[in-house]
Amino acid sequence: MSPLTSLPQKPWIWAWIGAILMWLIIMSVSGIVAGGQVMSAAASFGTFFVIVAIGQMFVITLGPGNVDLSIPACITLSATLAMKFMNGDPNLLLPGFLISLSVGLVIGTLNFLLILLLRIPPIIATLSASFLYQSTAIWSNRGLRVKPPEVLGDFAVSKILGVPILTIVVLILSVAMAFTLHRTRFGLSVLAVGQNQKAAKLAGIRVERVRFLTYLMYAVLAAICGFFLAGFSGGAALNMGEQYLLMSIAVVVIGGTSVAGGDANLTGLWGASLFIFLLVSMLNTLGLSAGYRLIVTGAIIVGIIAISGRKSAI
Amino acid sequence: MTRLLSPNLLRTLLPGLSLAALLLAIFYLQPRTMSYFGLNLLLNLAVPIALATIAQMFILCVNDLDLSLGAFISLTACITATWLNTTPLLGVLALLACIVAYGALGALIHLRNLPSIVVTLGMSFVWTGIAVLVLPTPGGAAPGWIRTLMTLKPALVPFPIIALVVIGLVVHVGLMRSAAGVVLRGAGGNAKSVARAGWSLLRVKVTMFSLAGLFGVLSGMALVGLTTSADANIALRYTLLSIAGGILGGGEFVGGRVSPIGAVIGAITLALAGSFLSFLRLNPDWQIGAQGAILILVLALRLLISAREVRR
Repeated sequence: MSPLTSLPQKPWIWAWIGAILMWLIIMSVSGIVAGGQVMSAAASFGTFFVIVAIGQMFVITLGPGNVDLSIPACITLSATLAMKFMNGDPNLLLPGFLISLSVGLVIGTLNFLLILLLRIPPIIATLSASFLYQSTAIWSNRGLRVKPPEVLGDFAVSKILGVPILTIVVLILSVAMAFTLHRTRFGLSVLAVGQNQKAAKLAGIRVERVRFLTYLMYAVLAAICGFFLAGFSGGAALNMGEQYLLMSIAVVVIGGTSVAGGDANLTGLWGASLFIFLLVSMLNTLGLSAGYRLIVTGAIIVGIIAISGRKSAI
Repeated sequence: MTRLLSPNLLRTLLPGLSLAALLLAIFYLQPRTMSYFGLNLLLNLAVPIALATIAQMFILCVNDLDLSLGAFISLTACITATWLNTTPLLGVLALLACIVAYGALGALIHLRNLPSIVVTLGMSFVWTGIAVLVLPTPGGAAPGWIRTLMTLKPALVPFPIIALVVIGLVVHVGLMRSAAGVVLRGAGGNAKSVARAGWSLLRVKVTMFSLAGLFGVLSGMALVGLTTSADANIALRYTLLSIAGGILGGGEFVGGRVSPIGAVIGAITLALAGSFLSFLRLNPDWQIGAQGAILILVLALRLLISAREVRR
């Protein structure tokens, strides 16, 4: 089969078709120039969806029951602690970033320890733990918006030839992660565990270690997302992580990754991220009020999942 | 003695013991709570949380998880504070439609074999969207009869206690002691064998989701009865609270293992966690954290009990 005829069977193709369709509608309503601006904005916002979704994709690929619900708390805590530490001082940028990274490492480790030691489903473990992270964030944030150092803010919104730098960085990260997933021992182990944990174990894969690394990676990615998101949106706020729980899961599923585990792809993540952002922009362009926007967004997400209706277990 | 404290018994008693420990600690810290008025204040908000937890329990029972429950309860609260108050007929119809929509969701999830987490996450947008349309700015008013019911002052026993006991017992009898309840729970335990025995799994799912919708509606109504007004985000916290409450109360994540009385107890425990902290004069910022800590603690205790079971 030639690459072109096999295209409709690729699980990620629908997300891209949807994204392009949304973009065409936006351009037909508000013109080509606006279309270009919207695409640039989509690339910026989509970037943050993609960083988190990459991690969630690896976690979901581990198989039924594997979903991390502590992500909003992780994003908020990482951003809050780092911004508070730097307190707008550009010289502290690197240590601030290291604080974000350590927040990710600690949260990932704690999450996995709970899963391993309490032998409870990851959903429940990450849910209970997220209460603790969230409280820590509330306690240290005190409802203030801590401004990022100017350098970080500038970096997060800067562009080369109209393309946001962060987008380029995350594109490179995506390629690296696609390579990790399909070509390295770790990535293939994740897929194998997701397809059949028992078989993977018998084949000599150290299942617990693979799961640990996956949860660790996800928390670190979320922490990094929090760091740059705070730079991008002018500071750390308590609700900054909220929408990323739904978005990370929706992007992964719409992108064609199997919710039953063992089958993942990164191409779809970008398509789905752009699709969701463009969908919301399109509804804005059409002048719908907030209520209708939410209803249509939700209905379309559910509709896509219902139509693509893949075998699932959670 | 060993027989008296069998792991199974311990596991059943664990939710109740955790609640008793928490209550004793609160009574010790603030003896004035040990009065009619004190208990009323302490347990008031536990009523809508308990109803939400029961709703989540129905979903957990068929191995699904509802991440839209908080948004749904916010919506029903908005409808209660607006339409049900001004045009009761429209309000009743709207709330009935909410229940039917929940049943339809169950059918969709079953027929297309969809992941409930993703579907309900998507639906949470829809519920919030409708809630924003129904009540664009915080406000509304509680219908008089709900307000009267929620602020009843019966002799001797405070109203929240009566309400919580009734909720727990009614669901317990319906789900744990009736023939239909066995089939409903069986579908969570072993769907295939229930299907082979001639029961329709579709009907089971639709029933469970409709029941969840019904209790979601009741939770929204009870909440408005206490707060007297609503807004589109009023109950968003209930999603996580209801899952935590269900698990605290001895519900398992898979296999149709649930406990209605346990769920009510779990909900009360979570509702009391906040008061406990304030009596300790701890920073209220840690309230959510305390709920998480209690949840982890109880799960750890449960594991210890199971470990004992294995060793024997």
